[in-house]
Amino acid sequence: MLEINALCKSFGGVQASQSVTMTVPQGGITSLIGPNGAGKTTLFALITGFHTPDSGSVRFLGQDITCLPPEAIATRGMIRTFQTVQPFAGQTVRENIAVGAHLKIRGRTEALAKAEDVARQVGLGDRLDMDAGSLTVAGRKRLEVARALATDPKMILFDEVLAGLNPSEIRDVIPVINTIRDAGVTILLIEHVMQAVMSLSDYTWVLNQGAIIAEGPPREVVSDPHVIEAYLGKGMAERIAKREAASA
Amino acid sequence: MNQANKLLMLIVVFGLIALAPMLITQESLLNIVIMTLYAALLGQAWNILGGYGGQVSFGHAAYFGTGAYAVAVLQVQFGINPWLGLVVGGFAAAAVGAFIGFCTFRYGLRGSYFALVTLAFAEVLRILSNSVDFTGAGVGLLIPLERSAANFQFASKEGFFWVIWAMTFAAFLTVWKIGNSRFGAQLMAVRDNEDAARALGVDAFRVKMGAIMLSGFFAGLAGVFYAQYFLYLDPHIAYGAAISVESLLVPIIGGMGTLFGPLLGAAFLHGLSELSRAVIGDAPGISLVLYGVLLVVMVLFVPRGLAGLASHLRSGKPAESRVEEGKGHA
Ligand SMILES: Nc1ncnc2c1ncn2[C@@H]1O[C@H](COP(=O)(O)OP(=O)(O)OP(=O)(O)O)[C@@H](O)[C@H]1O
Ligand SMILES: [Mg+2]
Repeated sequence: MLEINALCKSFGGVQASQSVTMTVPQGGITSLIGPNGAGKTTLFALITGFHTPDSGSVRFLGQDITCLPPEAIATRGMIRTFQTVQPFAGQTVRENIAVGAHLKIRGRTEALAKAEDVARQVGLGDRLDMDAGSLTVAGRKRLEVARALATDPKMILFDEVLAGLNPSEIRDVIPVINTIRDAGVTILLIEHVMQAVMSLSDYTWVLNQGAIIAEGPPREVVSDPHVIEAYLGKGMAERIAKREAASA
Repeated sequence: MNQANKLLMLIVVFGLIALAPMLITQESLLNIVIMTLYAALLGQAWNILGGYGGQVSFGHAAYFGTGAYAVAVLQVQFGINPWLGLVVGGFAAAAVGAFIGFCTFRYGLRGSYFALVTLAFAEVLRILSNSVDFTGAGVGLLIPLERSAANFQFASKEGFFWVIWAMTFAAFLTVWKIGNSRFGAQLMAVRDNEDAARALGVDAFRVKMGAIMLSGFFAGLAGVFYAQYFLYLDPHIAYGAAISVESLLVPIIGGMGTLFGPLLGAAFLHGLSELSRAVIGDAPGISLVLYGVLLVVMVLFVPRGLAGLASHLRSGKPAESRVEEGKGHA
């Protein structure tokens, strides 16, 4: 469904994407993991037209979409969400979601009705008339999901929709993502919450310093020595700090 | 207020305004109503682009002046009927909007950069109209007096009242529709967060182009009306800073991005300028000084304008600042 071929992008001296090649099959949930600063968000921005790649190509549904602007890619059915949530502050939750619904629906009344449906589906049904700017973090993440879903997409790229949520909120959102998958929407998600990666995704790609270092079913990938190494610095430091704190 | 109620209220308000010629017999008082409606039209035109689209223009005189010169030049130089000039003026102003929009939005100009470029365009047009012959150059154009309705020159103020009433009502209905349509939803989405809007498939460039052309069209109509009402134009009147300032002041005072804001702002501004004329007299430039002070006071203390203040008083909730919301947009 999505084929990324040798995608490169650098910002000044930083190689944010170093010849990334990966594919996402139709249906199901694919995940993209990697340590902080690995270039995951940059890759999403490259795929969805927010950045132009230095070289390489992106194909979606068999068509080349490499240098298309974001709105053209969204119109073809691929929608991204933002890691740092981007609500239309000052507008209500209903109005926010309706912007997504308007991609396919011209009529205002129909779009607002669709927004209401989608809001219920993601658990925002009780906050429809609230100002989106006054939602909690968990609420804003749900709003990102809802707006994307309201466009009736073929594929959604979720950028850390679970980050900043507490365990019980995560337990609430995971079934929402599963329902979206069950409805036939292909999902590619960036996630740090390993529990979610394990339980949700069928296949995982690991990015480190702008390059893919491993791929495979999540259980196999996490035991890959390359991957452990990529995470090791941070993981070890944390573990040692914890151990010291416990023994002190 | 929901959309249906807003429409109802709009019809009621303009219905009440329509009673003015019946109730007001004094021409000078009717003149105030006419000038208030005219300011509301100009302000509403600016509001489409600035209030709903978040693209703050410092150069709406570019559209106003184009409308005004279109009708005047067509009459004076080519003998074309001003009613036809009205249509041409509106579309010519929309075309200027399309040109300015293309030059700025194409290159992603936003915030203060956009504002400054619009100011520059209005200045260029002022200088051009000052130097070419068919606009009468610096001397200006005097539209020959020929009072008849067919000639868009009415014997009494009442005729002018109905024309400006209809045009202003049309502008307000259009803005009501914007608040209740896909185009409007996308325009406001672009205003509030352009990246998020584009990620949802909104073609930000196309939407902003639509807004600037619509905005230019109505500002052009205001210009046409001005030319026919006063029958005189020069580059300073048509393309000068005073018009640009007035067109942004009206919605900022009344409430940017609100349907009724420009009407409130226009009424307030005209009430105030009549008052100042009564108290201080007709000192030149005094209205601009007054406008400046007012703008500072409004932006600092009532950032959501009179309409925001009204809904704040009604709901008892604290009025949040538009300045805060707009942070990071420039
Ligand atoms: N617009 C930009 N300009 C310059 N450098 C950038 C830009 N965007 C990202 N980078 C750099 O590219 C690298 C990859 O950043 P990116 O945000 O893609 O990482 P990430 O994997 O999403 O990290 P995280 O898990 O923290 O979200 C980082 O070093 C970052 O500083
Ligand atoms: Mg990221």
